[in-house]
Amino acid sequence: MNIPRFWRKINNRYNLMGTKCENCGQTYFPPRNICPNCRREGEIVEHSFEDEIGELITYTIIRSAAEDHEKETPYILGIIELEENTRLTSQIVNCEIEDVEIGMKLKPVFRKLGEQSKDGLLFYGVKFSPIGKEE
Amino acid sequence: MTGIVSYGVYVPKYRIKVEEIAKVWKEDPESIKKGLKVNQKSAPGQDEDTATIAVEAARNAIKRQEISGEEIEAIYVGSESHPYAVKPTATIVAEAIKATPNLTAADYEFACKAGTAGIQNCMGLVNSDMAKMGMAIGADVSQGAPGDALEYTAGSGGAAYIIGKEDVIAKIKKTTSYTTDTPDFWRREGERYPRHGGRFTGKPGYFSHVIGATKSLMDKMDTEPNEYDYAVFHQPNGKFPVRAAKKLGFNKKQYQDCLVVNKIGNTYSGSTLIGLASVLDESSPGDKIIATSYGSGAGSDSFHIEVTSKIKEVREKGPKVNYFLEESKYLSYGEYARNKEKVR
Amino acid sequence: MKDVAVVGVGITEFGEKWNSSFREIFLNAGIQALEDAGVKGEDIDEAYIGNMSAGRFIAQEHVSALIADYAGLSEMNVPATRVEAACASGGLALRQGFLSVASGVQDTVVVGGVEKMTDVQSEQSVEILAAASDREWEAFYGATFPGLYALIANRHIHKYGTTRDQIAQVAVKNHYNATMNPKAQFQNKITKEMVKNATKVADPLTLFDSSPITDGAAAVVLVPAEKAHQYTDNPVYITGSGQASDTISIHDRNDITTIESTKAAAQTAYKMANKDQSDIDVAEVHDCFTIAEILAIEDLGFCEKGKGGKMVEEGITELDGKLPINPSGGLKACGHPVGATGIKQAVEITNHLRGEAGERQVEADVGLCHNVGGSGGTATVHILSREEQK
Repeated sequence: MNIPRFWRKINNRYNLMGTKCENCGQTYFPPRNICPNCRREGEIVEHSFEDEIGELITYTIIRSAAEDHEKETPYILGIIELEENTRLTSQIVNCEIEDVEIGMKLKPVFRKLGEQSKDGLLFYGVKFSPIGKEE
Repeated sequence: MTGIVSYGVYVPKYRIKVEEIAKVWKEDPESIKKGLKVNQKSAPGQDEDTATIAVEAARNAIKRQEISGEEIEAIYVGSESHPYAVKPTATIVAEAIKATPNLTAADYEFACKAGTAGIQNCMGLVNSDMAKMGMAIGADVSQGAPGDALEYTAGSGGAAYIIGKEDVIAKIKKTTSYTTDTPDFWRREGERYPRHGGRFTGKPGYFSHVIGATKSLMDKMDTEPNEYDYAVFHQPNGKFPVRAAKKLGFNKKQYQDCLVVNKIGNTYSGSTLIGLASVLDESSPGDKIIATSYGSGAGSDSFHIEVTSKIKEVREKGPKVNYFLEESKYLSYGEYARNKEKVR
Repeated sequence: MKDVAVVGVGITEFGEKWNSSFREIFLNAGIQALEDAGVKGEDIDEAYIGNMSAGRFIAQEHVSALIADYAGLSEMNVPATRVEAACASGGLALRQGFLSVASGVQDTVVVGGVEKMTDVQSEQSVEILAAASDREWEAFYGATFPGLYALIANRHIHKYGTTRDQIAQVAVKNHYNATMNPKAQFQNKITKEMVKNATKVADPLTLFDSSPITDGAAAVVLVPAEKAHQYTDNPVYITGSGQASDTISIHDRNDITTIESTKAAAQTAYKMANKDQSDIDVAEVHDCFTIAEILAIEDLGFCEKGKGGKMVEEGITELDGKLPINPSGGLKACGHPVGATGIKQAVEITNHLRGEAGERQVEADVGLCHNVGGSGGTATVHILSREEQK
């Protein structure tokens, strides 16, 4: 990931800042600049998902990763639903491979997403963690 | 009066036992546990570092008082394991709590006391009306060289304190510091692991500074040890804070509640602040707390803190230290070494 | 609109071609197609080349000019265009060639697809292929291509009770078919146990659920139907062509187990060909992973949604079944040089319709090619027929 490309979406990546169409009420993460339901009639505003509890829609265990995630394997990748029809792809952490299951409730956590290289920029953002007993 | 408006803690979920490390180096775990009074320590996940710990602690602090990030006008992150040598951790935290762009921010380093140095700075800014509220964080993914005695204790964790004048849950009535050039522990630029002076870290280092600062504070406040409900000291191991407390004239009831080192190890810049948080978790309005940090190199910051009635309203709104102490997954040395990037 | 005929086909051996370069591989397929059609260089009006990522596999962009040049077409100034839609690049090239002839603008169009994938290490190829997903919101978070299909597979298992054995059976069937395809990368039989116990790639998928890294090329020559008999006694007609889009990321789909682009492209192609799924005698579908073949047969309408696994289990899609799927061995066993796959499918179906498919010959009058880009962001469907569209 190139530096400007990461930087320009830092608020979205750090704080789960997505968008919402004020016309139809649908929320979007990753953020969209045009609402696919309303298109030019839509009115897109920022919408934060930072405190949202998510649900795991599906998952996999990545055993063989691309170069930039090679050292992290095996890791759990999932699709997480934040609100109805608002879903994103991210990693599930603080969870053993044997324990992951569709439907589990997840909370966003701040983690390292990767690095450019050993001496390059570090990338941070949101991954998801199972909700603890007390929460 | 200036004080603590909120606090938040974060400790990674992973632990490694003394036995597991001792096995690798063919040492006797029982004598190590007895010598250090530490049974296990916390360790980060492979995607956790000082920045992620600082952000989690900062978010827990923000949530506890429902503060908006924009109200935080200063952020200082104290650590000796900042992910970058050049490029602040504090800006990462600022962005992640939506405090940008109208704030001042910087990273601090003073071995294990950089977090309390941050609190003093925030107090200065708040007292002088330069900032409405400031956030000081002490966080580390502590480094201990493989095979070094430090490896048994160097833990990971952090705490964030929001300092302000309004709605304080605890007043900070006074702070005083005690600083000398005492080279008991250091890490040279570009080196991966710190070095230390062995037993030299004890009397000339830890004890002289912790006792010096604490006594100086009590002199200035004209207080006696028995006037405090809690005494919190930096916890490099389980022995030092107990010995310092005893020497100063505190009893077990005063110091035992803050001792978390046996479960999570020495979280360096997080140590005193997590200890203080565990006391705030349980304290009652009117309680008096004395808290003293220690940073090698060397210095101590001591604080006289009085809990207000506001604590009851906010205490339950964030995860308590106990939550993190209970949550634990044990690692093998191999897994730990991988997460800490000891295997490259 | 003119009807379009395939009058020549060419295909290289698929596999790890350490001795062959990108341009050599393409030329091999292109020359075969021209020879098959009996077309001379002077006759070629236009060329389309499907290629996903020469820029990253061999650091070469502008491959259309490179290919035209090394095919000896630059002196005739033949226009050459590269088209890209990840793994559907070949399908897209075929459609561009089809549209070019159907529109009446060009008469003789060569359509090829090529990928040279083995000049990079496997982790690099995983990285390059992941560029077909949303780089910023999928791959950046650790998604790989097998990973995305594994997400679909687990949801399919969860939602429809599809079994691991049904999924593995796709690979077993396709490997068996490939034993009769001398161009295939893997010409060995495998068992379900071998699939399930192979190296895990992205649970539940293993290495044997995955199409391989392949070098290869394929080409076809298209002319207006009215001129087909000038070149061959055995023309095959492209009677339907459909292309459609879906969200680039699977997380944005209402149903993660449905590839809407496949459904839409199929409907367009069926309508154009005036056929429906029941008219299809044989199909080459996009089985980049075993689960993808199950999705394909469902979304193309060959069975009810969720029943794809069962259809495979019942043997309906086997070579001697009611609807043979992937007689070539599919992407799984024949190989998947990404940009070439869409053209290879057309070559395979043409061979069956001509009766020239050898040992694996399927009796067929109408065949279908289904090519998918990425995790379904793009799909193309082409219907080929022995009979001209009336």
